Amino acid sequence: MTAPSAGLGLKPAHFAEALAAPADGLWFEVHPENYKVAGGPRLRWLESIRARHPLSLHGVALSLASDAEPDAAQLARFAALVRRFEPALVSEHLAWSAFQGAYLPDLLPFPRTSEALARIVANVSRVQDALGCRIAIENPSHYLALEGHAWDEIGFLAELARRSGCGLLLDVNNVFVSARNLGGSAEAYVDAFPGELVMEVHLAGHSADPVLGHALLVDSHDAPVAPEVWALYERLIARIGPRPTLIERDDKLPGFAELMVERARALDVLHRRLAKAA
Amino acid sequence: MMHAATLAQFQDDFVRTLLDPDRPAPPAFAVYRNTVMKGCIDALQANYPAVAKLVGEEWFRAAAAVYARDHLPRTPMLLEYGAGFADFLARFEPAGELTYLPAVARLDRFWTESHVARDDEPMLAKSLAALDPERLGALRLRPHAAARWAWHELPATTIWSRNRNEEMVAADEPDVEWRPEGVLIARPDDAVRWIGLDAAGCAFMDACAAGATLVEAAAAVPAGDLSGLLASLLDAGAFTDGEAR
Repeated sequence: MTAPSAGLGLKPAHFAEALAAPADGLWFEVHPENYKVAGGPRLRWLESIRARHPLSLHGVALSLASDAEPDAAQLARFAALVRRFEPALVSEHLAWSAFQGAYLPDLLPFPRTSEALARIVANVSRVQDALGCRIAIENPSHYLALEGHAWDEIGFLAELARRSGCGLLLDVNNVFVSARNLGGSAEAYVDAFPGELVMEVHLAGHSADPVLGHALLVDSHDAPVAPEVWALYERLIARIGPRPTLIERDDKLPGFAELMVERARALDVLHRRLAKAA
Repeated sequence: MMHAATLAQFQDDFVRTLLDPDRPAPPAFAVYRNTVMKGCIDALQANYPAVAKLVGEEWFRAAAAVYARDHLPRTPMLLEYGAGFADFLARFEPAGELTYLPAVARLDRFWTESHVARDDEPMLAKSLAALDPERLGALRLRPHAAARWAWHELPATTIWSRNRNEEMVAADEPDVEWRPEGVLIARPDDAVRWIGLDAAGCAFMDACAAGATLVEAAAAVPAGDLSGLLASLLDAGAFTDGEAR
């Protein structure tokens, strides 16, 4: 990715259209967990996409915030995918999902203590060594006010980056959802986020909780990016400059063309910022 | 909430609360309970599409929730999730009258296993034809990594294939004829395909998988049927003569 551009989360339903899409800086992001297979057409689909577009691998399961090392087999398979597909970006989450051999398909929270920080620094370092590249760590969505935080989130992420050498992935929708759920200012969070560490930006849709309604927003990735999140994104890019930006959609999948419209909007924000800097 | 002295204690406490709906938790904790359960159920629905189509989404998701509560995924590769779902359905009382459901679930599972299997080199008919006829009998045919086969005492293949892909079901499809059926699922040209296989064909595949020679495996096949069976199995991608193309 020469000039930071806008990409799309790639779903199997859109493979043919993604492959045929004109390659004007368009890049795609996939979850490596869906490609850790022994063989078969999936890997060849991804190879044909990769032959035409840059690729980003966005891990959802290394469970970096577990009080345990990342699973060695998972990490080895991740490293094999990095070697095979030579992604432009690799990222994971500030969260956990593995516990005593079970995998909980969610991104779970934890108290940001110095003990947790040391564990996550060690885990991120191990992952970067195994993959042979710098990875970006994503800020999570929050639903619960946990007790026992010794660090605020931005301070924690900045210190994690300082100690491990990792970069950060700023998910603007997660910032908005968390600020609404826990209180606090999304604008202040975006303004304080260390721009020089941001390797990638995520934009996604959210929805109101089916029981608690708008008092609790869920990071559901099943809707277009909300107007407030677009405003936060423009504010961020105006301050830190263009960054690779992804439109994420995982549920209630619309047509490929509809996602490309959202992607064009993000690209427009990046282009306008570039023009201003020139 | 959830104050804990260490990260390990926090995780332990969090998982207990996640998995036990009777454990007190703030209302927002339901997001985690719902997301974990939805992740498991979505994965089962994606992995068992013919079962889901047969029983309907509501019934399927209710059954999948019962399964998921007792069988959390052991791997983040959710394509692999639900290895025990067919056995679960066989014991699941509300599915008692749907005698074909476990077999259909096994065929859905076969499809996934075939889809992600290692890229063995498929054995072509011409490589068999090129062999010295005198050595042919001692040949041990090796099933392809993507090959799966089974014999069922009911028309599982017909029921499964009619429900596997929406576009394949014609409105004027005749009623299912109630009879035993066998199937071979494989990936001859990088796409998962299946052919019908009789009981002798299934026994032949079993013998090959167990390491039998062609002469030994052919004992299961009626005289005169072998060349036709071999041709259709080779055409369907059932065997390999090398690994990882």
